[in-house]
Amino acid sequence: MTTTSLNHSGTGRTLRRERRDWRGWAFVAPFMIVFLAMIIAPVLYALWLSLFRDQLIGGNAFVGLENYADALKDSKFWESLWRVTLFLVVQVPIMLALALVAALALDSARLNGKSFFRIAIFLPYAVPGVVAALIWGFMYGDQFGLTASINDLLGSHIVKPFSSSWILPSIGNIVTWEFMGYNMLIFYAALKVIPTELYEAAEIDGAGQLRIIASIKIPALRGALVITTIFSIIGSFQLFNEPNLLKSLAPNVITSYFTPNMYAYNLSFAGQQFNYAATIAIVMGVITAVIAYIVQSRGSRTEDF
Amino acid sequence: MKRSTRPAVRRLVTALAAGAMIGATLVGCSSGGGTTSGSDAKTGMAAVDAALKKGGTITYWTWTPAAKAQVAAFEKKYPKVHVKLVNAGTNTTEYTKLQNAIKAGSGAPDVAQIEYGVIPQFALAKSLVDLKTFGFDSLKKDYASGPWGDVTVDGGLWGLPQDSGPMAMFYNKTVFDTYGITVPKTWDEYVAAAKKLHAANPNAYITSDTGDPGQTTSMIWQAGGTPFSVKGTDITINLQDSGTKKYTEMWNPLVEGKLVAPIPGWSDDWYKALGNGTIATLLTGAWMPGVLESSVKDASGDWRVAPMPTYDGTPVNAENGGSSEAVIKQSKNQALAAGFLRWLNDSKQSVSIFVEAGGGFPSTTEALNSSEFLDAAPEYFGGQKINQVLVEGAKNVLPGFSLLPYQLYANSIFGDTVGKSYAANSDLNAGLKSWQKQLVDYGNQQGFTVTGK
Repeated sequence: MTTTSLNHSGTGRTLRRERRDWRGWAFVAPFMIVFLAMIIAPVLYALWLSLFRDQLIGGNAFVGLENYADALKDSKFWESLWRVTLFLVVQVPIMLALALVAALALDSARLNGKSFFRIAIFLPYAVPGVVAALIWGFMYGDQFGLTASINDLLGSHIVKPFSSSWILPSIGNIVTWEFMGYNMLIFYAALKVIPTELYEAAEIDGAGQLRIIASIKIPALRGALVITTIFSIIGSFQLFNEPNLLKSLAPNVITSYFTPNMYAYNLSFAGQQFNYAATIAIVMGVITAVIAYIVQSRGSRTEDF
Repeated sequence: MKRSTRPAVRRLVTALAAGAMIGATLVGCSSGGGTTSGSDAKTGMAAVDAALKKGGTITYWTWTPAAKAQVAAFEKKYPKVHVKLVNAGTNTTEYTKLQNAIKAGSGAPDVAQIEYGVIPQFALAKSLVDLKTFGFDSLKKDYASGPWGDVTVDGGLWGLPQDSGPMAMFYNKTVFDTYGITVPKTWDEYVAAAKKLHAANPNAYITSDTGDPGQTTSMIWQAGGTPFSVKGTDITINLQDSGTKKYTEMWNPLVEGKLVAPIPGWSDDWYKALGNGTIATLLTGAWMPGVLESSVKDASGDWRVAPMPTYDGTPVNAENGGSSEAVIKQSKNQALAAGFLRWLNDSKQSVSIFVEAGGGFPSTTEALNSSEFLDAAPEYFGGQKINQVLVEGAKNVLPGFSLLPYQLYANSIFGDTVGKSYAANSDLNAGLKSWQKQLVDYGNQQGFTVTGK
């Protein structure tokens, strides 16, 4: 929309552009310095690391792209990637749907104690991830925890949050609890900027609440949906805190390569394979970036209505 | 006109995605060698004495409960020396920090607590000072042979023993009495007791086991197995040797029959289960009484100590855990660090603080044989003279067992491999075989010559 006007104003300025003006850089320098030092430098360093192999015996050697070849063949890496993808496909829609319903409910103006519910749903986000995992780990305990009491009540050992078939839903539950409020707030903010004239017009046209949601609110939330989806994809691919903390409670179910991040962490800190860990991190970063890019571009396209 | 929205946001998100992923796993990686300390003319013990007289500041990493009292006593005796005491986390947490500091070339302490099982790993990486340079090999006579052997690797002396962990069977007498179980002397009796107890009370178990590498290797050790043999960088791994098989044959029925509690060690549930009679015995190191007394207060008066059950009636034992302190090569004042270490683990004053303030199980023969120590009858254990049982157990420790020079990594993948057997309540041998395979692969990748049998 604004690109057209930029093109017009561009003509006639070509002469003045011949001498480059560096003053603009001075204004962005504070950002650029931090950006280069905190984002670009670590990436370059990781790229550099990934080209070497440092052994406990025999020292450091340049190996070119061998680490990448190993990573592509590494069944542990693909298994961990598959696991977080599965997690992503199931958990993210559930979490976003719940957040959406919560945001619509708060926005409907039919709820008493709106601010209480808003803060209550958001509160888990304020709890540090580590603490959240510990709280849930305690409740999941099937010996003495809440789960044990539920099982006692039911009279049989049905609920097993730490068994291999339950562990992903168990972690998904924690993550949903933690981040639903955060996503709800983004949706709620997007709903708040819808001009009230639209609602008035809808009412005059005789639209009910459901029709208003379907025709006004949901379309207006598309941008927010794209953003929350991208954040959730990144979050799922980076899953680390929850499984890593629950590992001490389910040591045989949560492996050292349960998620790509856990794998990279254990490679470097338990196995001293810093180079290979850097490789895994880069491959994972590229995959995340590609998927985030696809979602972003597809999401934006539908915005042009 | 299309897709004119927020290209900057898109780029930022992409960059964040990549940056955060990668940033999460970055660590310093310049390899730095240690420097040998000054050009002091004196050598050996004389250099150490001179350094203590001269004074200076050193840093000491430990998670020993008695460390604070020990350091205070040391600084009182040597006022010119200042010791910065840091608790850098318990075992693996500390080792991770230590390895990072060593790799980064700075930031490591002068003296650090290192468990026996991990000494070979740090010694092999040339991260520790060989204390023979200071003539500390002459201190051999002061220590029990087991722990002394643990700090002697490949002809070097890499630390001084702090405590030791000869194994023993801790049992809950109240539970045993309630269900009419006699204290098992052999493993057959132990397995029978497990069945009897669990049949009488489905919520009670003879012990808990969800797979712990330290526990499993100690049990293999006690069965006479030597699955790891290490000669320099030549390693042989055989997790199917006769000792290992003897252990799994005895232990498999407990795992397969769900006769051991599925409660991971050191979890909140585990402490609770030790306190309320859910777990009836513990097969662990002699350092356990201090832990029970401080963390399982509910069960005061219930627990007793007995020798480890045996396979054929002949008393045999193994070690489980135990720590030493070592001088890190990065230290700028190695002689002073060695001086502190000598006082810390070899002086009567320090060792008695360790035993009294921390409830530790010492490693010096003097402390182990003192009547004060042997006659102690803690109320927690119903007035039993537990140290007599524990010291007796130390005499039966089988020699010749060793762990891998990359034991930290081995421990980290135990759950991935042997853990699968535990999760499925199936034959441990299958898990041990896959553990062996991954250990052989890793060792060879790291430049060792590893053979799997």
